Amino acid sequence: MDAILLQILNGLDKGSAYALIALGLTLIFGTLGVVNFAHGALFMIGAFCAVMLSRLLSLSYTTIDPDRTDFLGNPLKVETPYVEAWFGPETGAAIIDWSVPLAILFSIPIMAVIGLVMERGLIKYFYKRPHADQILVTFGLAIVLQEIIKYFFGANPIPTPAPDVFAGSFDFGAMIGMDPNVIIYPYWRIVYFLFAAVIIGGVFAFLQYTTFGMVVRAGMADRQTVGLLGINIDKRFTVMFALAAVVAGLAGVMYAPINSPNYHMGMDFLVLSFVVVVVGGMGSLPGAVLAGFVLGILESFASMAQVVSLLPGINQIIIYLVAIVILLTRPRGLMGRKGVMES
Amino acid sequence: MTLIRKPLSRRSILRAGAAGGALLATPTIFTSRAWSQGYLNEPTGSTVTLGFNVPQTGPYADEGADELRAYELAVEHLNGEGDGGMMSTFSSKALKGNGILGKKVEYVTGDTQTKSDAARASAKSMIEKDGAIMITGGSSSGVAVAVQALCQEAGVIFMAGLTHSNDTTGKDRRANGFRHFFNSYMSGAALAPVLKNAYGDDRKAYHLTADYNWGYTTEQAVRESTEAMGWETVETVKTPLAATDFSAYITPVLQSDADVLVLNHYGGNMVNSLTNAVQFGLRDRVVNGRDFAIVVPLYSRLMAKGAGENVKGIFGSTNWHWSLQDEGSKAFVRSFGQKYGFPPSQAAHTCYVQALLYADACERAGTFNPCGVVEALEGFEFDGLGNGKTLYRAEDHQCFKDVLVVKGKENPSSEFDLLEIVEVTPVEQVTYAPDHPQFAGGALGTCNSGA
Repeated sequence: MDAILLQILNGLDKGSAYALIALGLTLIFGTLGVVNFAHGALFMIGAFCAVMLSRLLSLSYTTIDPDRTDFLGNPLKVETPYVEAWFGPETGAAIIDWSVPLAILFSIPIMAVIGLVMERGLIKYFYKRPHADQILVTFGLAIVLQEIIKYFFGANPIPTPAPDVFAGSFDFGAMIGMDPNVIIYPYWRIVYFLFAAVIIGGVFAFLQYTTFGMVVRAGMADRQTVGLLGINIDKRFTVMFALAAVVAGLAGVMYAPINSPNYHMGMDFLVLSFVVVVVGGMGSLPGAVLAGFVLGILESFASMAQVVSLLPGINQIIIYLVAIVILLTRPRGLMGRKGVMES
Repeated sequence: MTLIRKPLSRRSILRAGAAGGALLATPTIFTSRAWSQGYLNEPTGSTVTLGFNVPQTGPYADEGADELRAYELAVEHLNGEGDGGMMSTFSSKALKGNGILGKKVEYVTGDTQTKSDAARASAKSMIEKDGAIMITGGSSSGVAVAVQALCQEAGVIFMAGLTHSNDTTGKDRRANGFRHFFNSYMSGAALAPVLKNAYGDDRKAYHLTADYNWGYTTEQAVRESTEAMGWETVETVKTPLAATDFSAYITPVLQSDADVLVLNHYGGNMVNSLTNAVQFGLRDRVVNGRDFAIVVPLYSRLMAKGAGENVKGIFGSTNWHWSLQDEGSKAFVRSFGQKYGFPPSQAAHTCYVQALLYADACERAGTFNPCGVVEALEGFEFDGLGNGKTLYRAEDHQCFKDVLVVKGKENPSSEFDLLEIVEVTPVEQVTYAPDHPQFAGGALGTCNSGA
C-alpha cells in the first residue's frame, strides 16, 4: 500500500511536468495548428533562466587573500557576491538562496519575448506548410537552441538547488496516519505539484473567464468565422504562443532543483510530451493535462522493481504501449475533438 | 650475349647454409628493431600525425574538452615547447623534446559524440584521410571497445582514454589496444576495505545500475567485493541509460531494509540519481539504528561539480586527483593550471599520460610500427606519471597502479576542491590474475601493423 502511494506521488510530480509541457503544446497546436518540436527546448530554456538568475545574483568582485593559496600556490582570489556586499552577508545569501523562486518573475518576460520572436520570426512562415515541414523546422530550431545553451553553459549538468527551507524531505506517511519513516517525500516535489496545479488552473481560468480567452476558444473552434466577425485572431494566437512559451518556461524553472539542468533536458521530455498530447487528444487542453498525470503515474508504477522483474523493460515502453492501446480503442485520444488532424 | 652461370660448389652451399642458420638463430631482441617498414600510415616526412578522438558534442563534451586540452599540452611538451610537464618526472628518459623519433608531432581531432558508430567513423576518417598513426581518447567504455576493435582491424595503436569497464581489457581486449585508466574490478577491490572500516561488515546494499556494459561490470565488481567482506546485496535494479528522474527507482529503496545504496551510474545519470537520492532524504536516513550510506563507485570531479553539495561525505574511487603531492602530479597540475587556469580532471590526466607513454614507446622501439610499439609497451614498468610505480601488463594491456578512494568534501575551498583523498590503495590490493572470471572470455590476438 505504501509503495503504491509513493509511486502515485512520484507520478504526480513527473505528470506535472508532462502536463505543463503538453498544455503548451496543445495550446499552440489548437490555436495555430503548428506541431512545435521546439517546445521541449523552451522547457530547457526556462530551467536555464533559473541558472542564469542564480549566476547573476552570484556575480562577485575579487579580493586577494594573502594568507591562503590556490592550487598553483598563488595568493587565493576570494569571490564575494555583490548582493552580499550591498545587502549584508545574511540578506545577500538569502537572496541567492531564493534564486529559483525569484527566477519565476525573471523568466516570464524572457520566455514571452522568446515565444514572440519564435512565432513572428520563423514559425508564422510555416502555418500553411505541411505538418512534416513544421516538425522539421521546429526540430531544427530545438537543436539550435540546445547548442546555444551548451555553448554558454557547457554540457555538464549545473546544480540549481531549491531554497534551504524546501531542501530535504518530510514524512508524508506519518502525516496521514501510517507508519513513520515509510513514505518520505521531498518538499520541493510537493511544491512543484502545487505550482503546476496553480499554473494549469490559471491557464484554464484565463481561457474560460476572460473575453480574450473566449475569443481564443472561439478561434480554436472556428477560426474562419471569428475572422469574419472582424476580430484579428492571428494577433491573439501569437499571444497564445507566447503564453505557451511562458508555461513551458515556468515548468522548466521549477524543475531545475529536481534535476540539475543540462542542455539536453528538453529533448528528454519532448517525445514523451508529444505522446501525452496524442493520448490526451490533439487539441484538447483537459485531455493533455489528464494524460500527463495518467502517463506519469503509469510510468512510475512500471519502474517498480517488482514490475520490472516480472516484465523486463516495461519501464521503457509503458508510455508507448498505453498510447497504442488508447489509439486503437479511441483513435482521437482520451478527450480528442472530431475534425482535428482529420482531412 | 651469353649468360654465364657459376656452378654450385660444395663450399658455396655450406656458406649459404651457415648464413641462413645464423639468421634463424639470432635472438629476437636483435630483430625487434626491424619494424622499420611496411606498416599503415608510416610517417615519411618531417611530421607524425596523432588522432585525438574525444567527445566534442553530446553529454560528455566537457570531459572531452578537458581531454583535448591535455592532448594539446602533451603535444607541446613532446615538441619541446612549454615547461615539459611530466616529461621531467617520467622515469623513462627516452623522450627528448624533439617530437617523436625526431618528427614533429601534429594532430587531428575527431568527435566521438559518445556514440560507438560516430566514434568509429571519426577514427576511421582520421586513419584513412589524415594518416593518423595512433588513435587515442574517449569518455565511455562502449566507445573504447568499438574504436579499439577498429584500430586492431586497421592496424594502428589505440591508447584508450577514460574507460572503466572490465571488458576493455577483459573480454574485448585487443593486441593493438592499451588502457592506462583503472577498471571496475579495481574500484570494487579498493572501495571494499574502506567501506568496511567506515560502515562495518554487516550492511545490506541496494544497487541501482545503469543498463549497459559498464554498469554491469561495475555492479558485479562492487557486489563481489562487498559480499566477500560480509555485506548482503538485497536488490539490484537496472535503470535505463536515458532516465533523468530516478525517483521511481529511489523510492523502493525506502521500502526495503537496505542501509546502503550503491549508484553504479556515471555522468548525467550519476548526477541525477545522487541528487534524487539526497532529495528523498537517504543521506540523513537511519535504518536499523545505523546511518544510511550512499556509494558512487566511479567519481569524477566534473560529475561532482554537477551534483553540487549532494556529494558531501559520499565515498567513491578515482584514477587520479589533482591534489596528489607526488612530483609527477605537481608538475602536470602546474603545467596544465598555468596554461588553462584550472586544475586538470582525471580524464585529462589519463589522456596526457597515454600520449606520453605512446611517444616513449616509439622512441624505445625506434619505430612507429604498431607491432614494435606493442612490444615496447608490454611489460613496461614506469614511474613519475602521477600514480606511482605502474606496470603495463603484457597479458591484457592494462596498467596496474595504486587506486584512489575519495570522499565528497564537507567544506570545499573552491569549485575544484570537491573531493578529498581518503586512501591510496596499493597496487597489490587491486591486482588480479589475467584469467580472473570478471575478465574471462577475451584474447589479445596478435598485433596488426596494417601491412
